[in-house]
Amino acid sequence: MAETIQMPKLGFDMAEGTLVRWVKKVGDPINKGDVIAEIETDKATIEIETTASGTILKHLVNEGDVVPVGADIALVGEPGEAAEGAAPAARPAPEAASEPAPVEAPAATPAQPAVAVQVKAGDGRLPSGVKASPLARRIARDKGLDLSQIPGSGPGGRIVRRDVESFTPMQAPPAPPKAAPVPAAPPAAGPVAPPSFGPLPAGPDVEAVPTSKLRARIGRRMVEAKQQVPHFYVTTEMDVEALLNLRQQLNASLEEGAAKISVNDMIVKATALTLRKFPNLNSHFYGDQIVRHKRIHIGIAVALEDGLINVVARDADRTALGTMAAQNKDMVARAREGKVKPEDIEGATFTISNLGPYEVDQFIAIINPPEAGILAIGAAKQVPVVRPDGTIGVGWRMKVTISVDHRISDGAEAARFLQEMKKLIENPMSLLI
Amino acid sequence: MTEKIITIREALSSALREEMLRDERVFIMGEEVGVWGGTYAVTRGFLDEFGARRVRDTPISEMVIAGAAVGAAMAGLRPVAEIMTINFAFVAMDAIVNHMAKVRYMFNGQFTVPMVIRTTTGGGKQLAATHSHAPEVIFAHFPGMYVAVPGTAYDAKGMLKAAIRDDNPVLFVEHSTMLQRRSPVPVDDPDFLLPIGKSDIKRTGKDVTIVTYQKGLEWSTQAAEMLAQEGIEAEIIDLRWLRPLDLEPVFESVKKTNRAVIVEESLPMFNVGAEVAAQLQEQVFDYLDAPVKRVSAMDQPLPYAANIELMALPDAQKVVKAVKEVL
Amino acid sequence: MAAPKKDTLLDWYRQMVLIRRFEEKCAELYQQGKIGGFLHLYIGQEATGVGVVSALRDHDHIITAYRDHGIALAKGMEPRRVMAEMLGKRTGTSGGKGGSMHLADREKRFWGGHGIVGGHLPLAAGIALKARYLEQDEVVVALMGDGATNIGYFHESLNLSAVWDLPVVWLIENNGYGMGTAVERASGQPELVKRAIAYGMREGPRVDGMDVLAVHEAVSEAIAYAAKHGPVLMESLTYRFEGHSMGDPQRYRSKDEVARYAEGDPIGRFRTYLDGKFKNVLPELDEIERQVQATIAEAVEFAENSPEPTYEDLVSFVYA
Repeated sequence: MAETIQMPKLGFDMAEGTLVRWVKKVGDPINKGDVIAEIETDKATIEIETTASGTILKHLVNEGDVVPVGADIALVGEPGEAAEGAAPAARPAPEAASEPAPVEAPAATPAQPAVAVQVKAGDGRLPSGVKASPLARRIARDKGLDLSQIPGSGPGGRIVRRDVESFTPMQAPPAPPKAAPVPAAPPAAGPVAPPSFGPLPAGPDVEAVPTSKLRARIGRRMVEAKQQVPHFYVTTEMDVEALLNLRQQLNASLEEGAAKISVNDMIVKATALTLRKFPNLNSHFYGDQIVRHKRIHIGIAVALEDGLINVVARDADRTALGTMAAQNKDMVARAREGKVKPEDIEGATFTISNLGPYEVDQFIAIINPPEAGILAIGAAKQVPVVRPDGTIGVGWRMKVTISVDHRISDGAEAARFLQEMKKLIENPMSLLI
Repeated sequence: MTEKIITIREALSSALREEMLRDERVFIMGEEVGVWGGTYAVTRGFLDEFGARRVRDTPISEMVIAGAAVGAAMAGLRPVAEIMTINFAFVAMDAIVNHMAKVRYMFNGQFTVPMVIRTTTGGGKQLAATHSHAPEVIFAHFPGMYVAVPGTAYDAKGMLKAAIRDDNPVLFVEHSTMLQRRSPVPVDDPDFLLPIGKSDIKRTGKDVTIVTYQKGLEWSTQAAEMLAQEGIEAEIIDLRWLRPLDLEPVFESVKKTNRAVIVEESLPMFNVGAEVAAQLQEQVFDYLDAPVKRVSAMDQPLPYAANIELMALPDAQKVVKAVKEVL
Repeated sequence: MAAPKKDTLLDWYRQMVLIRRFEEKCAELYQQGKIGGFLHLYIGQEATGVGVVSALRDHDHIITAYRDHGIALAKGMEPRRVMAEMLGKRTGTSGGKGGSMHLADREKRFWGGHGIVGGHLPLAAGIALKARYLEQDEVVVALMGDGATNIGYFHESLNLSAVWDLPVVWLIENNGYGMGTAVERASGQPELVKRAIAYGMREGPRVDGMDVLAVHEAVSEAIAYAAKHGPVLMESLTYRFEGHSMGDPQRYRSKDEVARYAEGDPIGRFRTYLDGKFKNVLPELDEIERQVQATIAEAVEFAENSPEPTYEDLVSFVYA
């Protein structure tokens, strides 16, 4: 009896992926866990491991096809078995340059219905009695939305682009999140409209480079964040002399070959411990619901050649510094090689961006929705300081700025958060507990 | 390159003069082009400068003005014939459409017809029904000729010079109420030419695409200013040529704005907007977020009385209203 | 004016016979469905066509309306390529895109065959303007039917040519009928050449259009005048033996009338003239007849075996 292999969901906000290469050909024997194909998501190129053993009887999608999560992609069975399978659910990859990037998966609370809706994707037909613009119909088709459920705000009640883009399918009533809920997708973001700077400049003095998938994704997310999230910012300065000294001691006592603890690892730990006391800042915003995460997973922004990716230090408040240092080091390496695992990059509840290594004094970061905040870490540097006794001396200081979603929290809470974190940083022994 | 702010009239006049100085085969013929100096004063001084051989007054005979220009062009001259207003071009319709536009094709390329017919269009001057419409779109129906509709002094100069140098027949339509409009124009470049059949983005914006030309450009620009006060950014595309019709920038713009309004002085039935709207739904249907809207004159003859003539013509307010209807 | 030499006269005879036989063949091919559209035969008017063309000087121009086969052949366009145009072949003189009404040869200064009554008259003025503008000693002979004298183009073109002293010989081929309407029923002034007075233009002769020698002589004089002084309006009184175009029921005239004119067949008259002028010329004329028949047969074969136009032909030469 043949089994099907489905397009795996490789991220909470993944609705579809492009199958870029079949690693296993039809007729190849496979064992559970073998890599059978490579897919490309907005975030990375990822290898798919098979969930079945046997022989590949049939590929149900072609290389280059965009495949919704959950759709059958291959049939596996005994050699010679009839290769009958579900009709492929893929659609051909859109023409690159001429179309805007495919629109994000719709917001879904919880995540599951988004996939279900996606699979019964609309065929572009208009339900009777419904008026929708051609553009709205196309977006609905791409997002797999049912037009009959979307209220129209255009002339004569016509469904227009803004209606489709702001629509959240609500098949199931939004259940309050249970323990450790899977974070849902962020509010749907439309394609980033290209800015109207006139005709594309051309000629020998310029070079046009296509926007990469990663850049497009970052662009969409950041536009969405800047447009929809009311940011406010709070900055403080922390004394890091003790922290730097402690780091030196710890690294000096490490075994040969063990990963060195970085300043950043210590900041991650301090942040996670602080977040324990500020559950409101370790939450995600979903309009009429704010989901508080009971586990603390810290996203760490990692600069790539062509963009940015967040690796996730899981349960950072409960992970020993040395362990975390080793894990972070591996994840960062994988990210830079473009070989992240889904779990490397999924599930952050709060994010840190550290530009200290680049000798930046201070900066402010854009929140990664639906997270409540993000920390922007500057460089630790020697500066003149006024000591408690009133004398002037030299000290190590680091500036930290938190960006917070005002829909979730207010200035006083953010300030208290920094105050608490400052205590930990300035008394770093508590990070070892 | 030196630019000077000049009127459309001056732009046309300098284009003609430069081309006559450049090429001995270029000459002007038409009603009142010589002694009178042109009924719109475009050829004032030309008779003195170039003489009666090259600045030829004709009888009131539009059929032969157009037709003789065709013959002269077939025979190797480069006539610039003037038909005083486009309303009079109707009596020369056969010469223009059946001969000017077709002799090349009909005789399999044996003849070329390098000529320009200059004419004026437009209403708003209380000239009543026969003298007031903007019917240039009728002539754009026919392959074998081009139709130019410049809306600025810059375009008028570069387009007229290009039209005169091109080997194809061009109906060059000037708007009779816009001859005093000024814009910067290169004045020391005798080879300042604009490409045939290229539309031009006159204003960028992200909320709506206004497709227009000539008088419509003026109304649309005013409307865009009014809309900008309310935070609505209109992109204005000036077609500049009704044939060849360059809609690529329009398609690109509508992909961005998802809505289009076409503004023109023509009558509404079978007009430029009808063509543009048809092509929009053929080419960018899936990008339209609202029906394509047209702003044009009312579907009826124009009257004499000023108040009701204005009622029948488009204006900036009507453009604003149309834009808001598609937002 | 010195009388033409025998060779010249025999060549005129050859041209007239060629036109006649060519058109008889065209009528046949039309009835077989091989020629489409309109087909306006020149049969009966050959003396006018050959007389006019023979009067042109090397640099003179000629332009006519849609009854144009005679002028095309007299101007020396290749019968096989004209026949190919009739059959709508890509080897035709207009690549199969013009048809019977739109024969032209730019090199030979034959500016067409034009399908709109009177539409070519302003073109003639324009071509003459070129000659005047460049101070070239060239004259344009513009042929038109009697029907064209009542259209606005006629008035505007003749008037302009007078105002500008253009070197044009306006030649009315008066065959008695504009389609089916007799001249007397269509013109307030049936003596059409009198229109010249209104334009202050030289009134040329009304020449016997069935006499090739008379036409030749009158047109030669008109050309000489036009080259020096400006336009001339003249008339060639002729008659078409066939209908206006194929399928014309000819209710507007009697068979007797046609038969009466046929007695004055220009080819027969010219043959008689040549017989009287040159000794023992009839065998030579019969030989010409045989050669013409062979030319026609070859032309038909060429045309029938020629390829049809292609998509490329369809879309070419819309623009320069």
